[in-house]
Amino acid sequence: MHFIQWATNPWGQSVPIHIVWALIWVAAIAGLAFVVTHAIWIRFFAKPEEFASSTPRYPIPKEVKRHSLAARLFHWIMAASMLVLLFSAFLPKIGVQFNWITWHWIAGLVLIASIIFHLFHATFFMDFWSIWPDRIDIRDAIRRGLRMAGKPAPLPEKFAKYPFENKMYHLAIVFAGLSVAITGGFMLFRIHTPFLTRNPYLFSDMTWGLMYVLHGLAGVGLIALITVHIYFAVRPEKLEITKSMIFGTMTREFYLEEHDPARWDVSEQPSAEPLESPLVDPERGTV
Amino acid sequence: MAVIRDVMPDFELFQPASTDDAVALLAEYGSDAWVLAGGLDSFDWLKDRIKRPKVVVDLSQIPELRGVRESDGGGVEIGAMTTLTEVVRDPTVISKFKLLADAAEAAASPQIRNQGTIGGNVSQDARCWYYRSGFPCYRAGGNICYADTPVGMNREHAILGAERCVAVSPSDSAPAMVALEAQMVIRSSRGERVVDAENYFTNPGIDITRMTVLQPGELLTSIRIPGTWAGTEFYFEKVRDRPVWNFPLVNVASAKVVSGGTIERIRIVVNGVAAHPWHLKQVEDAVAGKPLNEETAEMAGNMAIQGAVPLRFNGYKLPLMRNLVKRSIRGTMEA
Repeated sequence: MHFIQWATNPWGQSVPIHIVWALIWVAAIAGLAFVVTHAIWIRFFAKPEEFASSTPRYPIPKEVKRHSLAARLFHWIMAASMLVLLFSAFLPKIGVQFNWITWHWIAGLVLIASIIFHLFHATFFMDFWSIWPDRIDIRDAIRRGLRMAGKPAPLPEKFAKYPFENKMYHLAIVFAGLSVAITGGFMLFRIHTPFLTRNPYLFSDMTWGLMYVLHGLAGVGLIALITVHIYFAVRPEKLEITKSMIFGTMTREFYLEEHDPARWDVSEQPSAEPLESPLVDPERGTV
Repeated sequence: MAVIRDVMPDFELFQPASTDDAVALLAEYGSDAWVLAGGLDSFDWLKDRIKRPKVVVDLSQIPELRGVRESDGGGVEIGAMTTLTEVVRDPTVISKFKLLADAAEAAASPQIRNQGTIGGNVSQDARCWYYRSGFPCYRAGGNICYADTPVGMNREHAILGAERCVAVSPSDSAPAMVALEAQMVIRSSRGERVVDAENYFTNPGIDITRMTVLQPGELLTSIRIPGTWAGTEFYFEKVRDRPVWNFPLVNVASAKVVSGGTIERIRIVVNGVAAHPWHLKQVEDAVAGKPLNEETAEMAGNMAIQGAVPLRFNGYKLPLMRNLVKRSIRGTMEA
């Protein structure tokens, strides 16, 4: 199967013009297949996750702050723009005709602006490295894989602020998102907008073609990625994480269940109701 | 780049004898099928190897698609396979809808009008030479408009409503259809749908690869013209490079009702300036109720070109369109 549509330009050069649109369906089916497979796995085969015990050495607030207001606003603005971009890009390709280009470039500008804000915000106002996988994440991912396969391996540690899967998803979104944003930014030169002087000859036909292919590949990749993201957002065991993206906080219980206070230090967070004796769970012993 | 050959390429030819059979074939082959009416647009595409359908469905053997029939309410229904000459010579069309007869007669040459059909004329593809040469432009499914570049040859192209692609609708009968509030009857295996002529022509912002809303599997079977504008004052004028035979640079079609020197109601449509017949709704609203005089014509002409954005080589279309609209109000070609 060919993944790229080629054509001959007026100068006789064979140039790529875009991806083969059948990849839209490939991405959609891949995303849905993952969702179905994962749901079946969790329902019928998965064992409860086990972590090495961790002992908090400071009081844990009743509500643990996970996302600032700025971070949440960025997330939802980016999500809205991403959905508009995906629908405006791919609905016309599957037969839903409307004047999509204006929606697309305006949503694209919103996405670019939100990414620039996020880069600035994450670099100077957030713990920049908290979202990137570290050595412990990779070691524990291997341990979890081995244990899932029934092989002997030590218990993995609880997560830091973000679970390993969260970090890997962020990494994939960084690559796909930056690919569509950067190529899309250049594509603004191909259309009429109030902001830029149109210049379709900014690059050679080959460079433009490769840019369209990258834009398309990242775009269809985002179909699968966002399908999976929405699926995890509504899964019952992940609802605390989703709620934290709405309200900013997660419960102390969920925090202690999944996160290691040594790896995600929340001791500086104000606590209206400091835990008197947070370190012992009568059911499970020391947490 | 186009490879021009004198012989037809290989395809499977079907010549159905009924509309039902034609629709069934189009449903079966979908986007692999090409509808052949008079063949005047089709043969260029096929012989140049730009369009390569696997199947050609020739409508010439379907009698029910031909002819002009009077309909209720003083209108007419014209079969899509009726030739332009038949439209031009039809007594009912001449007596009630002279605008359409004038527009159809302005198309191409007598020989072509004998062969070309009204359905083909309204549905014909863009004449942009980059597109017709087989370059991978937006309209051909690519990612660039070669005509809308700093050195693009765009003398015949759009000054209004351009959305990435700047090709224009080259039809003479299309603006007359919109002016007369015609309805296009479309058949497919899913049944029949009727689309106002104004909505039959699409724009590149919505579907950059098509000139009309016809989708694979669909067939334009007839055109219904209601009696709304029958016998009113009509005006059609076409400006072209060679008066003997050419596509329009700009044309205008109007129908108006004038009472006591006042314009009661009017429809004005210009073609050759956008990807679809350009209906001047705001101009119509502005001149309705105004006296039919030079001042009103002047105002209409100036309003008509509001928002026009000329390309490098087609700035002449602005005064041309303005003057054609002025003349359509006056109802005379006099300067």
